Amino acid sequence: MSKTQETVLCLEGIRKDLGGRRILDQVSLSLCKGELKVLIGPSGAGKSTLLQCANCLVRPDQGEIFLDGVRLDQRSGLELRLFRQHVGMIFQDFNLFDHLTALGNVSIALEKVRGVSKAAARERGQAELARVGLGNLASLYPAELSGGQKQRVAIARALAMDPRVILLDEPTSALDPELVGEVLAVIRDLADGGMTMLMATHQMDFARALASEILFMENGRIIEQGAPETLLHPAAGTRTLDFCTRLSMELEGRKTDTQ
Amino acid sequence: MWEYLSSLAGELPYILQGSLTTLLVVFFALGLGLIFGLPLALGQIYGPLALNRLVRIYVWFFRGTPILVLLYLFYFGLFIALNLDVSAFASSCIVLGLTSAAYQSQIFRGALESLPHGQLKAARALGMSDTEGIRHIILPQALRLSIPGWSNEYSILLKDSALVHVLGVPELMARSHYVASRTTWHFTYYILAGILYLIITVLGLRLLRSLETKTRLPGYAALSHE
Amino acid sequence: MERVLPVLNRGVWMSLALILPSAVLGLAGGILLGVARGFGPAWMRRIGDIYTAIFRGIPLIIQLFILYYALPKLGLYLDGFSAAVLGFILCSTAYHSEYVRGAVLSIKQGQFRAAQALGMSRLQLAWGILIPQALRRALPGCGNEIIYLIKYSSLAYLTTCVELTGEAKILASRTFRYTEIFMVAGLYYLCLTSLASLLLRKIEDRLRIPGFGRQG
Repeated sequence: MSKTQETVLCLEGIRKDLGGRRILDQVSLSLCKGELKVLIGPSGAGKSTLLQCANCLVRPDQGEIFLDGVRLDQRSGLELRLFRQHVGMIFQDFNLFDHLTALGNVSIALEKVRGVSKAAARERGQAELARVGLGNLASLYPAELSGGQKQRVAIARALAMDPRVILLDEPTSALDPELVGEVLAVIRDLADGGMTMLMATHQMDFARALASEILFMENGRIIEQGAPETLLHPAAGTRTLDFCTRLSMELEGRKTDTQ
Repeated sequence: MWEYLSSLAGELPYILQGSLTTLLVVFFALGLGLIFGLPLALGQIYGPLALNRLVRIYVWFFRGTPILVLLYLFYFGLFIALNLDVSAFASSCIVLGLTSAAYQSQIFRGALESLPHGQLKAARALGMSDTEGIRHIILPQALRLSIPGWSNEYSILLKDSALVHVLGVPELMARSHYVASRTTWHFTYYILAGILYLIITVLGLRLLRSLETKTRLPGYAALSHE
Repeated sequence: MERVLPVLNRGVWMSLALILPSAVLGLAGGILLGVARGFGPAWMRRIGDIYTAIFRGIPLIIQLFILYYALPKLGLYLDGFSAAVLGFILCSTAYHSEYVRGAVLSIKQGQFRAAQALGMSRLQLAWGILIPQALRRALPGCGNEIIYLIKYSSLAYLTTCVELTGEAKILASRTFRYTEIFMVAGLYYLCLTSLASLLLRKIEDRLRIPGFGRQG
């Protein structure tokens, strides 16, 4: 895998307290162009908060954010909105706009935020929907879509803004098992196309196959990081490996339960 | 200032007496609405089609016509044309009651329709007649569910009762208006009346709330009435 | 009868002149207030809640009398028509805001995050995402409120603005044909309210979107 060493997104010393508890403790990471980094860790480790801090949906108490080497002024509303236009976000529960069609969801930000003409926005939106395999469902409303389709619309919505980087917060964990595949396939295509991404997930097979690096979080810190083959080597003896083994055992257990 | 306060103190009993009349009007109107509204609801749901039609027309008429028009129509028109000697107070109660019956019937209907369908069947299976089933099984449940809607109806009726002053019923609004005109302290007495209405609303709602808690059964969430 | 109808027709026009601006401005005010109460900062919610509690808790007729009889004491003279329209607007603003607020609170909050994540400003978010959804959810309630407004427009006559009820009353006390005249007046109101609910139902159907049922 050839990598240019151009850093796209960089977080430095992010700290966040919520309700008297330290959720994030001096977290730093950087994403180079074309990298897919995967955040794993037990629930409550701070993965989701970290992702939301990365585009200031949750404002960090301390720490700096850089996009393409430029420091973000977190107090400037205007700069924040500009920054967010370049940082796509995919949520666990999709958060589609319920009153807009699939196409409307994808094109609204182009139209209202970027000021693109309606026709051009719709054309672009249609193209993005086709890219995630939903070109024929453009006129349906969220209530008429399956979970997998909703998440693919959400991805198209982020892509339409030409993001420099996409943050994905457990994109498949609200989905029925049989719908997970279609969403992962879209993310895989993005990775192959060189999109820079930071993704929290419990899909270990996916992480193992595609991640350029795995970041293991616990108690608000990144405690282990490295390439999947190093961290997950059967003899590695890492916390990451330990966690993954337990996770897959739980999964196995659940499978036999339902049988 | 002294003169102002002593006047206020002097008029207060007169106005408070008016609130008593207001309460009486609301009480009778709510009661009448209940007595008429319940059979209307039952008729609309369990009755034959013709009855259902009639109830709908009744509801349509009383929900679509202003209370003021109804007050004039009944008091100066219908009652006299029919040679009935009905006092202004009674006319007010009747008009507000008939209007409230239309609204209450829809509250009861909502409650009745929200009950699971199996209830009446189960009553029949125990050998009850439909009337017995409705009386012993359906109504006790439906009435409980109706209390929140009923609270709403109470506060609406209370405010509507201010309109009966046009017939000369000496209730809260009428007396406040009279005192306001006589003393020319309009602000004081209208705001006083407003405050009294607010107090009566809050007290009544509290009473109904406690009725709701007292009669609550496990597993019955109150219907939310936005 | 041929003497009654022209008089009542004149009254209907006056009623419509009262109802239309009150309905439009009251709804607009209710949307603003409702969004402020459901989405605004804490102090805005607080003020909005107090406003609503007062205007919903006090009989409309008292509000009208304060505007018409008491305001002149402050040197503010309103004629009967303006007092009535202003009173209707202030009051229906409070009622509409209640439905709009409920609708705002029922919108799934994640959508606001998503809008922010796309770089939308708070205003773009309110205008593009919040209001279109809240309005659809609030429409049945707001529609009922407009029907109420049509009925309560009859109170304008008590602030000496002679509309349908006023014309009927004056005519009836001259001719003493209360039954007939108020029957006809009642029918006029029934036509207005039925027409309005038909129209509102049409609008609701027009704006219907999958996922926004009548139950909300």
